[in-house]
Amino acid sequence: MRTVQRTEADRALLRDAATIAAAMIAVGASFGAIAIAYGLPVWVPFLMSTVVFAGGSQFLAVGLLAAGNPLAAVVAGLLLNARHLPFGLAVSEAVGPRLRHRLIGSHVLTDEVAAFTLAEPDPARRHRVYWIIGLTLFTSWNIGTALGVLLGGATGDPDALGLDAAFPAALLALIMPSLKDRATRTVALTGAAIAVLLTPVLPAGLPVMCALLGLLTLVRPRRRAEVPSAARSAPGEGVPPC
Amino acid sequence: MLIAAIVVLGVGTYSMRLGGVLLRGRLELSDRLQRLLPMAAAALLAALAGTAALMAGTEFAGAARPAGVLVGGILAWRKAPFVVVVLAAAGTAALLRLAGLP
Repeated sequence: MRTVQRTEADRALLRDAATIAAAMIAVGASFGAIAIAYGLPVWVPFLMSTVVFAGGSQFLAVGLLAAGNPLAAVVAGLLLNARHLPFGLAVSEAVGPRLRHRLIGSHVLTDEVAAFTLAEPDPARRHRVYWIIGLTLFTSWNIGTALGVLLGGATGDPDALGLDAAFPAALLALIMPSLKDRATRTVALTGAAIAVLLTPVLPAGLPVMCALLGLLTLVRPRRRAEVPSAARSAPGEGVPPC
Repeated sequence: MLIAAIVVLGVGTYSMRLGGVLLRGRLELSDRLQRLLPMAAAALLAALAGTAALMAGTEFAGAARPAGVLVGGILAWRKAPFVVVVLAAAGTAALLRLAGLP
């Protein structure tokens, strides 16, 4: 059963996974260091990185916890993480057929895991991509957190390394192939524009969820789709009106 | 209180992840709706990339980060390898900061 087949595709995947893992270690280290600098107990960053495992919400929550506002930390963190529900819907088949896969696999779902999984054109390989990226990122995030706690401020500022530019660029690279489809491109760019415009006025998390409004660009007047045929509407030009 | 807040945040986040994954199996989605799921994910990922590239909190990020992401985005569009995209984006932002840009 366990013949390890290191195909070309697997090697490329592992190389990409290593790239993003290196960045995760550096950002995880800054998370660990910040948590300690806030004066929180040593177990806090470890517990968060294993139990929550969602970088953005961890940075947000650790600041609010240090300020003595645990309720705000929970509410703000959950709002920021609401996007995992639609991501879960989108990658569900890649997680695996068994309940065991789903119970364990769901925990490692992050933005990057969703992006890598959906970027894989072969649906048969998505299961492998999901688990390899998910476990790699979970491991590297937790190693990073531990390094940050141990080394404190010595880990340096991740912004000085340009890592704040690395993550959005990585996401862009992963969604780029799907943007070749015109309908997807319109939905994604409209959604991104909505999110950026709403960021100054809405609490963190909501602007990104509002990007789903980009799907409304698919709603077209009925007239054009009125080709009489028993078959489903022709593939290609966008999605027929719902 | 600290431990309770972290556990509630963790359980809530896990519930949303698992909820999405399990819900998909329960829903009898038409082909048309199934086609919307990757599009919805693309919109969310594009929004994450866009907001992370341009905004710091509720304000505009400086010049270095958007410039780095732009360089990475152009390379990605030109089908450069993933490693090159990520390193070029980080390198550009780091060098611009070294040169004194915000």
